Amino acid sequence: MVRIAVPLRGAAHRFALGFLIVTAFGLMFLGKADNQFVERLRTAVTDVATPILEVAAEPISAVNRAIDHVRALAALHQENARLREEVERLRGWHAAALRLETENRSFRDMLNYRGPERNAFVSARVVADGRGPFVKSLLVNIGTRDGIEKGHAAVTQLGLVGRVTEVGERSARILMMTDLNSRIPVLIEETRARAILAGDNTERPQLVFLPDATRLKPGQRVVTSGHGGGLPHGLPVGVVSGVEKGIPRVRPFVDWGRLEYVEIIDYDVDNVPPNLSTGRSGKSGAPPPGAGSAP
Amino acid sequence: MKSGFWQRLDTWARRFLPAGLCLLFVLVTVLPVPVPGYASLVPMLALAAVFFWAVHDPRLLPPVVVFLIGLIQDSLSGAPMGTGTVVLLAVYGVTVSQRRYFHNRSFIQVWVGFMVMASAAAALGWLLTVAVDGAFAPPRALLFQSLLTVGAYPLVTWVLHRAQRLLPAEA
Repeated sequence: MVRIAVPLRGAAHRFALGFLIVTAFGLMFLGKADNQFVERLRTAVTDVATPILEVAAEPISAVNRAIDHVRALAALHQENARLREEVERLRGWHAAALRLETENRSFRDMLNYRGPERNAFVSARVVADGRGPFVKSLLVNIGTRDGIEKGHAAVTQLGLVGRVTEVGERSARILMMTDLNSRIPVLIEETRARAILAGDNTERPQLVFLPDATRLKPGQRVVTSGHGGGLPHGLPVGVVSGVEKGIPRVRPFVDWGRLEYVEIIDYDVDNVPPNLSTGRSGKSGAPPPGAGSAP
Repeated sequence: MKSGFWQRLDTWARRFLPAGLCLLFVLVTVLPVPVPGYASLVPMLALAAVFFWAVHDPRLLPPVVVFLIGLIQDSLSGAPMGTGTVVLLAVYGVTVSQRRYFHNRSFIQVWVGFMVMASAAAALGWLLTVAVDGAFAPPRALLFQSLLTVGAYPLVTWVLHRAQRLLPAEA
């Protein structure tokens, strides 16, 4: 019996393998055609895996915190001196900011100008890092039940990270601005020249569709333009790092090495779910990044 | 006579060990470790595990399980759905068909075999991603990732050999 069963089983295995490979190819083509089924399959898997990954990530952040703590202790003295200096410097800026804010308010009153709405935001924890050689994306632990939708911007205190491309019930995928498929409308803050920030899987995305006459200088700030909807206007993105082989590139503000938490900005303020306005939104009254008043 | 509830639970748990370890490897590779460059260099551990079981005992890891592991990996890593799955299945299929070659070989020879398979897998993965994305992805990070995967193979083998000892003799 065994002698007959073994070759039979081999044939069955080979058939199963062929069938499965064809199925996987099918999924690839369906996924390419932006099929709903593939997306739902994917978010179903991430929804199940997110709580597990959250637990698994806990020891890593504990170790990380411990290392940071030790490092901070070692550098305490220098840090203190540096911070004193910075406080001195910032005190001047603070005075300037207060003066400008008052001035700005009075100008707005004169012009009857209604500024951009403050955006609601939800903090999310990064539970999986999809920064493989081909894709640059992150998985976070919030989803539709937290009011997240496709197209929302993901930022840190430093600047833009990317935008939400897939949403499950309790998980969401963020396509980072460095990904090959990422296109973000931006403008050069100083010259107001519009461009598209196009990722190419390197750490420095390209600036494309820049008007011909635009002159770029390294160090110029790049912010989101808000054109085409979706992203709010004026989120800090990065600085022009230079032109390499005729391609202008941008160095993002975000510290890619330390992406533990991100904030998802709900731009469409009218659609804020009720749970956003209480509890989860707004960390200790700090303004959401990029929501400051434009001068 | 001794096939009580605990005995059955034990056998059941052991049978799921190979698949469970593959899943664990998938989770480890997507965890957000705050080391710059970690994520784009982390070895393809699930690939190494699939290769290991394909060489040592493919009965413990049927093709459908490889398929599911591939889907989970693609879903979590954000890779175009199906690309990683095709790669895992191809490595599994080719390795199983070449099992006779790997039979009774030294560890070094199997390792060299894995080097060939991992390189081919990386190339296939790159081709599929380029085909799906319709854009050229710089393959440099991939080279480092393949090297690290080959480098991690002895460790994976060590873990899985230990696991293999826990498995029931007649699976």
